[in-house]
Amino acid sequence: MTNAVIIDNKDTVAVAIEPLKKGTEAEIRMQDGSLKKVTLIDDVPIYHKFATAEMKKGTPVVKYGEHIGVAACDIKPGNHVHEHNVENHRENLDNV
Amino acid sequence: MKFYGYKRPDGRVGIRNHVLILPASVCASDTTRIVANNVEGAVTFNNQLGCSQVASDQEFTMDVMAGYAANPNVYATVVISLGCENCQMDLVVDAIKKRTNKPLAQFIIQENGGTIKTVERATRAAKDFVQDASLLQKEEFPISELVVGTECGGSDPTSGLASNVLIGEMSDRVVDLGGTSILSETTELIGGEHILARRAKTSEVKARIFEIVHRYEKALQLVGEEVRDGNPSPGNKAGGLTTLEEKSLGCIHKAGHREISAVYDYAKEVTGKEGLVIMDTPGNDPSSVAGMVAGGAQIIVFSTGRGTPTGNPISPVIKITGNKITYGNMSDNIDIDASPLIYGTKTLGQMGDELMKEVQEVASGKVTKAESLGYTEMAIARVCNFV
Repeated sequence: MTNAVIIDNKDTVAVAIEPLKKGTEAEIRMQDGSLKKVTLIDDVPIYHKFATAEMKKGTPVVKYGEHIGVAACDIKPGNHVHEHNVENHRENLDNV
Repeated sequence: MKFYGYKRPDGRVGIRNHVLILPASVCASDTTRIVANNVEGAVTFNNQLGCSQVASDQEFTMDVMAGYAANPNVYATVVISLGCENCQMDLVVDAIKKRTNKPLAQFIIQENGGTIKTVERATRAAKDFVQDASLLQKEEFPISELVVGTECGGSDPTSGLASNVLIGEMSDRVVDLGGTSILSETTELIGGEHILARRAKTSEVKARIFEIVHRYEKALQLVGEEVRDGNPSPGNKAGGLTTLEEKSLGCIHKAGHREISAVYDYAKEVTGKEGLVIMDTPGNDPSSVAGMVAGGAQIIVFSTGRGTPTGNPISPVIKITGNKITYGNMSDNIDIDASPLIYGTKTLGQMGDELMKEVQEVASGKVTKAESLGYTEMAIARVCNFV
């Protein structure tokens, strides 16, 4: 059963739409309707994010196809992604 | 698509028929409460400001007061002032008259012999206005007469997945029908301003979008503060929002997909029939909603993730959540459950039809949950401390 969604194909995180337990397989609905699977290495509360791609420390965390912050440490697919591993980063967007 | 509303002498169309008892300052707020309690059909609010403000702060307060009186949901206004405040009665009355020619009465507490004599006179004026208002018959009007304010509060990740997406769909439909939709909350444009700027109708509008975002950030930095210190809020974070950028990218879905035709400063009068516009308001919900209502919004469509009972004294507030748990917990407060969009059990087209029907019904008089429970909380945006 689908239990997570990805908003944009460029995203490095998915949103859990049910509470998900460590060790279980998240079944993610992509925007084009296809499915992607990621095994969770943390518990993920409902509506929270988890990584669907590897993010090295200092690289952008992408949701909605846009940067929402930078990885505060190396993040692996299946990690819960929240305040503990994401830093705020104000970008100059005037000419993006 | 049509609704039944009230034609005002200034040409605008209201969807409620209130008599507003307007406190010119904090020192008149208890008096307006007593008067409004005396008269069925009268509304008021607790004005915490109106005195001891710097000029830019006083301008916010004056614009909200004048805009509330001019809002087409108001039939007539009774202004009550103490007498010595900075927002002097003649200033308030002039500001209202610049925006509308609707009926107006005024009472100054210090000149009317104190509370009891002022209350007696103001109550009689309010009672007469309510009786006059009751003679007005509703007429049919097109949706293009509506100015819809959009707002999100107590956001969580479901806001960007469902409820704000649904509001965006409604915004597009209102714009396509010739009406006006307002995107607000400048703090929650931060990180998404480039996306909105690409949709600006002109280069001036594009420059204004960047201007209001940078101006807001800079205003907080001038007093040594950072917008991120309280935003996202603890509830936003508990719900799963990590950064302000993430919150903003969900927030701006409320603006749908149409081009942005204008950017208004806080509580300034919105022209109407001009498609999608932005107003520079705080992320704080009651003061953002107040700015749009002062701009002339007859109706507010409000999304929430964590849940809120909020309303407004002048304009009905329709509340939507995309969080199925919140809808289950707070269905007494939330008008529409948008969670089927997340779980794929309804399409955006179907839910758009449902929300447009709700807007049409509320515009024609259907009481929202916030109205039925008597919610009228509000606030006015501020620049700095009292002087």
